[in-house]
Amino acid sequence: MSRGARASVAGMLFAIAVGLVVFVAMAFLRTEPPTVDLASGHQAGKPVDLTLQTVGSIGYGIHPEWVSYLVKDQQGKWIHSTLWNLPAHTTVHVTILQYDSGSPIRNQQRGLVTGVGGAMLNGKRLTNVNSYEGNGIGHTFSVPSLGINVPLVGVAGNAKDFCNVAPCTMQEAHNTVTFTFKTPGVGQYHWQCFVPCGLGYLYGNGGPMQTIGYMDGLLKVVA
Amino acid sequence: MAATTASAGAHRARNSHDLRTIATIWVVLSIVADLLFWFLAGPHIPPGRMSDQAEGAQFDFNVLFVVALPVVILVWTYLGFAIIRWRASRHDADEAPVGVPARTALRIQTSWIAITTVVVIGLFGFGTYELIAPAGAGGGEGPTAIWKPTTKTILPIQVIGQQWMWTYRYPSFGGFETSQLIVPDNTEIAFHVTSLDVIHDFWAYQLGVKADANPGTDNIAYVKPQQLGRFTVRCDELCGLWHGAMYNYGHVVSPTAFYHWATTTEKKLAANTKTLPPFAWTYTPDANGADGGYYLDNVNPYSKSSLYGANTVKVKQYGASAAQS
Repeated sequence: MSRGARASVAGMLFAIAVGLVVFVAMAFLRTEPPTVDLASGHQAGKPVDLTLQTVGSIGYGIHPEWVSYLVKDQQGKWIHSTLWNLPAHTTVHVTILQYDSGSPIRNQQRGLVTGVGGAMLNGKRLTNVNSYEGNGIGHTFSVPSLGINVPLVGVAGNAKDFCNVAPCTMQEAHNTVTFTFKTPGVGQYHWQCFVPCGLGYLYGNGGPMQTIGYMDGLLKVVA
Repeated sequence: MAATTASAGAHRARNSHDLRTIATIWVVLSIVADLLFWFLAGPHIPPGRMSDQAEGAQFDFNVLFVVALPVVILVWTYLGFAIIRWRASRHDADEAPVGVPARTALRIQTSWIAITTVVVIGLFGFGTYELIAPAGAGGGEGPTAIWKPTTKTILPIQVIGQQWMWTYRYPSFGGFETSQLIVPDNTEIAFHVTSLDVIHDFWAYQLGVKADANPGTDNIAYVKPQQLGRFTVRCDELCGLWHGAMYNYGHVVSPTAFYHWATTTEKKLAANTKTLPPFAWTYTPDANGADGGYYLDNVNPYSKSSLYGANTVKVKQYGASAAQS
């Protein structure tokens, strides 16, 4: 083989190797959880149920120790995802089963319930939570662009039946928070937890707080 | 000899004629372009005229553009003229335009240095004046503002950035905190910008206000709204995953409407305000997340509410007279 031919082959192999590295890197970077569809089969004018749970550690996957939200799909199965399809201009009945412990929060303003109707904590009216009292606040469910903020009161960290691995069951220690809100027009609306619960990360805002699928995601409102 | 002298004379005449032509084209085009820009485009240049500072920024931009346009036009005119008129193919070898070598042309060099110096120093003086006169021109001046408005009644509004939203505290109304930014028209406002976590940047676009939000720092920016309406607030410092979603809208309302909103909201949020840390110009965020346990920089564990507002200062009440005017 001539010198030129050898150089061409080497160049091609190098290009293929670079291409593979870029492909794998992009595939990793663009990985996102599945979108759970709660919009298909929806009848106009009827409300939609959105059932969520928050856990202190997901227990599986590439970050088993990370705190996370889970969502129940239409078949009643818990899915590890924070991307949800919801129908536009529809009332959403939200139930959040909060299994994580709480703490004071960085900004107590996030203890205020805003932008939703009929917020209840374990069957009692919920308007404002002082995170310096009781078990504090574990997480929030907040959609800034819709003005929605609901604090999720923490469970006792030393509870006997404290859930360590998702999905947690109704028999384990939890708080039940319910409320309703109305979806706006078609679009994608970012939601997140405002408690810096990414423990081990500076200011608590790394890791699960910066990764879609754990403590933030998108309401994908569809027609 | 006589032929050479005649040829040099002809060159000089041609050069003078060319320079006059260039100058004429330049002056006419510059005047037309400047007038068109100033009267047609100028009033629409962002950020608009929603506040004193925004109008100042628009004026500054327009002045700079009007100064810059003739310079650009001179370069383009000269270039165009050279390409068309002095193209080699248009002349015989002995007719080719001959200029004076720039190295020995003292008059040209002196004029060039003098004109550029005047332009640069003039713009420096203009820019400095325009920064100082409108009290910092809407930019963050740090915790001890150098240029302050002369007005007595200044409404302080604290802007708090956190990943990933803005909230606002109104110390003159009991220190309530809300995600709504409502400001009164025709009132001097001091935005006190800070952060609870990383560096953000408070950019109230149509108000012409832009100030970094640094944790532990009270960055003051003054503004005086002069038009009712909505303005956009964005974070202008890349601050993480949802930086792009960190925006909302503020509203300039009449002083009466503002006073009504502020007092009503103060009452409505009273229960939440009680649980907030005492009002302070800066807050000390915990470096360790929600409930500590992993201390990277020897910062104390999560600040209790009493420590949280350790730098509490007394804030002069926002004058009711301004609100009712």
